Amino acid sequence: MAYALQQLINGLTLGAMYGLIAIGYTMVYGIIGMINFAHGDIFMVSAFIAVTCFTLLAAADVSSIPLALMFVLVVTIFFTSAYGWAVERVAYRPLRGATRLAPLISAIGMSIFLQNTVQLTQGARVKPIPPVIEGGIEVWNTADFAVQIGWSQLLIIVTTVVLMVAFNWMISHTAFGRQQRSCEQDRTMAALLGVNVDRTISLTFMLGAALAAVAGVMVTVYYGVVDFFIGFLAGIKAFTAAVLGGIGSLPGAMLGGLLIGLIESFWAAYLWAEYKDVATFGILCLVLMLRPSGLLGRPEVEKV
Amino acid sequence: MSAVVFAHHGMTPAERLRDAGWVAFVALVLGIPLIGLTTVDAGGRLEVATRFGMLALFVAVAFIGRIALRLTLDHLRVRRLGRERAAAAADGGRGLAQRIVTVLGWFALGAAFTLPLIFSGNRYVVDTATTVLIYVMLGWGLNVVVGLAGLLDLGYVAFYAVGAYSYALLSTQYGWGFWEALPVSGALAASFGILLGYPILRLRGDYLAIVTLGFGEIIRIILVNWTEFSNGPNGISSIPRPSFFGLEFTRRPAEGEQSFAAFFGLDYSPMQRLIFLYYVILVLALLTHAFVSRLRKLPVGRAWEALREDEIACRAMGMNTTNIKLSAFAIGAMLGGFAGVFFAARQGFISPESFVFTESAIVLAIVVLGGMGSQMGVVLAATLLVLIPEFGRNFAEYRMLLFGAAMVLIMVWKPGGLLSHREPTLRLDAPATGTEGAR
Repeated sequence: MAYALQQLINGLTLGAMYGLIAIGYTMVYGIIGMINFAHGDIFMVSAFIAVTCFTLLAAADVSSIPLALMFVLVVTIFFTSAYGWAVERVAYRPLRGATRLAPLISAIGMSIFLQNTVQLTQGARVKPIPPVIEGGIEVWNTADFAVQIGWSQLLIIVTTVVLMVAFNWMISHTAFGRQQRSCEQDRTMAALLGVNVDRTISLTFMLGAALAAVAGVMVTVYYGVVDFFIGFLAGIKAFTAAVLGGIGSLPGAMLGGLLIGLIESFWAAYLWAEYKDVATFGILCLVLMLRPSGLLGRPEVEKV
Repeated sequence: MSAVVFAHHGMTPAERLRDAGWVAFVALVLGIPLIGLTTVDAGGRLEVATRFGMLALFVAVAFIGRIALRLTLDHLRVRRLGRERAAAAADGGRGLAQRIVTVLGWFALGAAFTLPLIFSGNRYVVDTATTVLIYVMLGWGLNVVVGLAGLLDLGYVAFYAVGAYSYALLSTQYGWGFWEALPVSGALAASFGILLGYPILRLRGDYLAIVTLGFGEIIRIILVNWTEFSNGPNGISSIPRPSFFGLEFTRRPAEGEQSFAAFFGLDYSPMQRLIFLYYVILVLALLTHAFVSRLRKLPVGRAWEALREDEIACRAMGMNTTNIKLSAFAIGAMLGGFAGVFFAARQGFISPESFVFTESAIVLAIVVLGGMGSQMGVVLAATLLVLIPEFGRNFAEYRMLLFGAAMVLIMVWKPGGLLSHREPTLRLDAPATGTEGAR
């Protein structure tokens, strides 16, 4: 029982990170109807930027952890959104109006390009950083197993919840949110009514990248190691999360992320750890077969 | 169209500088975290190293490159406008382009047949040409699924893996030969295609893409982890090579067998096997081509193209879309399986490493870059995509970087593919005036 509770905590942490990445997929899909294949690699780039920042801070002898975290978050978000913007500008904007497959291919090319750029400029080896936040609180101590919530886990879950609330508010209450939703519904009509569609799409990519950057910082803090290949699996799982929750729906992406994180950690704990990725994909197939619009998505009606 | 007038004004030098300055600024922002700074291992912990010289170079290249690119593009646009006006005056460029492609096709075929004779001593050329042909074959297989039926498959490498592993296991465990195993492995791959396709083909395009991607990964993870079956990450080695009607390509054939060199009274040379393998894949690829070209003219092929263009209309016409999609999936999978068998036989060693997602992406890139549905385009794109990394071998670590950049650039330059061609294979001979008037 205690063991299961621990898995629940680990799963929630993992799920929070997947959820943050999944929002990037869901938003881009919502607005241009395409999978942003380079999103996982943007997440990877952000983790590398975070590693560089943490190392810089360690060299500068910054001892205040909240200050350090804030600094790393801001810097990482800034640079990562620049990458999100560049990906859209280079691989998507010139192809607006082309066949559906063309941007997909250029995004796959972008993903290969980013992976190799990072491998070349930052090195192919795993980058370890010393633990940033140590310790935690023991919530429950039975005879043979102590359930612990690490401070880093708590931080991840709380940050994610706060970000989700803020983000939902932004989409539903601000001018940008209205523009974003109007572009999702009908790009031509939105353009006719004076919405700058190109700018809205760019901002959507940047926001997705910013959330991926938060996830990247969290991964760096939580695991302490990054390498240039983490983007691929994280990207696929986050996409699975977005589909599971219903693509295009923001709460759905979060719910899907949490479910995928929980399923993964329970599967790894009780069944076969080496097949945990198979479990994710299996769930994806099942969901798509039984409920293609996802848990919270609206079924799409095709009109001729 | 002729009524639309495009007004272009040239950029002033100040505008050019501002534009390039903006690009250089973006390059600076993007460059700082990855190029300007890096972390290096300093005795167990990381330290930040700076490379501001390289960053400055990168920004300068971005600045100058942007100005040069703009100037070239403007120049090209002026020329293209002139050409378009000329082309509008005298229509008929399309038929000519089609004829050029056909002529090029025959030329390529001749070159493919004579290549190993000319380079019979050059192992590297024959090896690279064989790799190109494997990708051509894979591309033609995937072209059935993506180019003709319009189903986006990102897990094509799974069928390649099924073909390769089934030949590897059949030959090493049960002593099957290449030619017996070829049809069986193809059938096995096709049944995998049906097995996968049946539940998921009701899905829409992007979902289909991601599920096939997942399927490709599942196959790979199973191959890595199910050690008793596939020998895990170590792979399967010493897979027997194909023989020429029972004649082995070895210096000293096994007891009771005869070697190819001895039978024809030639001196033994390892090149004989390579050239033979080259011709095997060439023949397989040509058979694939003939097979697919015939299929396109049959009802099932026309149904694929119709499905690609409009699925709802197909259903309204009473076509069984599930069966049509399944047939495309199964045939594509079978062709991928054949290529896999050949790959295993040629390498003599396979491991799950060869069947990663990047392979699927490369094959898909070949189909889309070539122009979906165009058989010649696949040949062109496969040649390009295999040769770009080969030319990059001198600075080997930049190979995949170049590859990714080339994928983006070609797509942006020609979104329809290098030889785009979406004409239906067959068309009804309607009275030309009537259809023109209706538009």
